[in-house]
Amino acid sequence: MKKNYSINRILVYVFLVFTFIVSVFPFYWMVAGMTNSAVDVIKGKMTFGNQMLNNITTLFTTYDMVRILFNSLKVTGFTVLGILIVSSMAAYGFQIYSSPAREKVYGLIILFMMVPFIALMIPLFRLIVKMHLLNTHSGLVLTSIASVFIIFFLRQSFKAFPYEIIQAARVDGAGEFRIFFSIFIPSMKSSYAAAAIYSFMASWNAYLWPLIILQTDKQKTVTLMISSMSSAYFPEWGVIMTAIVIATLPIIIVFFGFQKYFVQGMLGSSLKQ
Amino acid sequence: MTEKGVSRSFIKPRDKYGWLFISLALILLGVLLFYPIVYSLYLSTMSSKGIVQKFVGFGNYVKLFQDSMFLLALKNTLTFFLIQVPIMLFLALILATILNDKTIKYRGIFRTAFFLPAVTSLIAYTILFKMMFSLDGFINGVLLNVHIIKSPIPWLLDPFWAKVTLITGLTWRWTGYNMIFYLSALQNIPEEIYEAAKIDGANKVKQFFYITIPLLKPLILFTAIMSTIGTLQLFDEPMNLSQGGVTSATIGPGNSLLTLSVYVYNLCFKYMPNFGYAATVSYAIVLIVALLSIIQFKLMGDKK
Repeated sequence: MKKNYSINRILVYVFLVFTFIVSVFPFYWMVAGMTNSAVDVIKGKMTFGNQMLNNITTLFTTYDMVRILFNSLKVTGFTVLGILIVSSMAAYGFQIYSSPAREKVYGLIILFMMVPFIALMIPLFRLIVKMHLLNTHSGLVLTSIASVFIIFFLRQSFKAFPYEIIQAARVDGAGEFRIFFSIFIPSMKSSYAAAAIYSFMASWNAYLWPLIILQTDKQKTVTLMISSMSSAYFPEWGVIMTAIVIATLPIIIVFFGFQKYFVQGMLGSSLKQ
Repeated sequence: MTEKGVSRSFIKPRDKYGWLFISLALILLGVLLFYPIVYSLYLSTMSSKGIVQKFVGFGNYVKLFQDSMFLLALKNTLTFFLIQVPIMLFLALILATILNDKTIKYRGIFRTAFFLPAVTSLIAYTILFKMMFSLDGFINGVLLNVHIIKSPIPWLLDPFWAKVTLITGLTWRWTGYNMIFYLSALQNIPEEIYEAAKIDGANKVKQFFYITIPLLKPLILFTAIMSTIGTLQLFDEPMNLSQGGVTSATIGPGNSLLTLSVYVYNLCFKYMPNFGYAATVSYAIVLIVALLSIIQFKLMGDKK
């Protein structure tokens, strides 16, 4: 009996270690690939080479990498800011001033969360064209700042805020907006952090919608550039690996820096109800 | 919350603030969500060649059933859904169950590692997989070296293996993500339940099927529906696994990776644009998502 148990134990660890290797290996391979030539990468060379400087130089000279990184940062920054302002105000409105009429509106919005983006894409594209915002960053940001998911997530986490504090502030004569901006927001920092991380990731990694809106190289984001680099006739895999590392790095840093909020953000407190 | 202990007359004067706070979101969602949904429905009854549009009523919907490309995309998408989602969710459940066992060492490290794929962008991991699964690439090299295969597998050159590659990639990317959901729910299940089962003679496998799965049912349903929506929208991966990316002639060998979302994109931006018919296909996706969600609710949500 005892022996049987330990064999099971070993099998469990073998399974865990195997899954660990599978999960982590592509990250190692990506970093190793950054130091290798295109031929070595495609042949699956696993060790580090000496092409790193070469790859980085090519990436920054052949492609307008600095501008592209700036584009991604700009679009992501404004999108996250917009989402946080719009969604948190909405979540606050739904939660703190709950009324039967607004609950109906909320239910409708949540139902629409199920509609895949692809079904909205064509009308949105035509709207962008009509507003002359095609191929502009503002067009991309403007169409990305309404997030039902973040409204839902924030409302769930706002439920924990003690309503008495708001009532006390009202008795003290504070206005409704002042309560929101100077009492509520500062005390809900961790919810805001989780929402910010989630939207940062979604926006930084976005592909389909930027692909449709941003049409010239000058406007492209990192994701779009990596995709078009790899569809070249003779892809420079080493350079592509370098670009992938650079594009992934910000998220990995955010991930390890704020792991707690990150997981919370992914869960969207769907479990708390 | 507000109703409790606060009289209506006290709320009334503040009602306008409620609307004020949600107004910005309502305007945006109206323009960016509600209007597109309604306009798509209208468009789906039109046929357009370039800028010329004419009303065809249900014509586009009838056309769907005769359109071999649509049927192929539908078949491919459903194949990915039916095979990938169950494998992934089952694997996620097993990993969560193992990591919930407090006697396992290095749980934190394993959890972080399993979740790590979920932070990569879809494009980044797809291109990594495209490289690793090339004909003389890393995966074939390893398999040849340990003598599992005698000749290299044509991963991305053969319709069947291309599907296998995509499913492998999806499972790599999303299993840890789903595991986190299960793990956090498992931590809320009191250990006494398992203790009692152990006394009654139930082994770990029985505990898994008779305690863990039934208790996590609502959450499994939630993740299954989220995965359904995700799978029906598959776009980034098939597009970027194909030779030539967005400009490629076929999506995967013999269009084996052509999904519904890719088809909508192609109808709009690759062929002579027919926005009306593309809207019909996108509405078909909405209907399929709704239908699959209802089926899953019926299958899993019966007993409360």
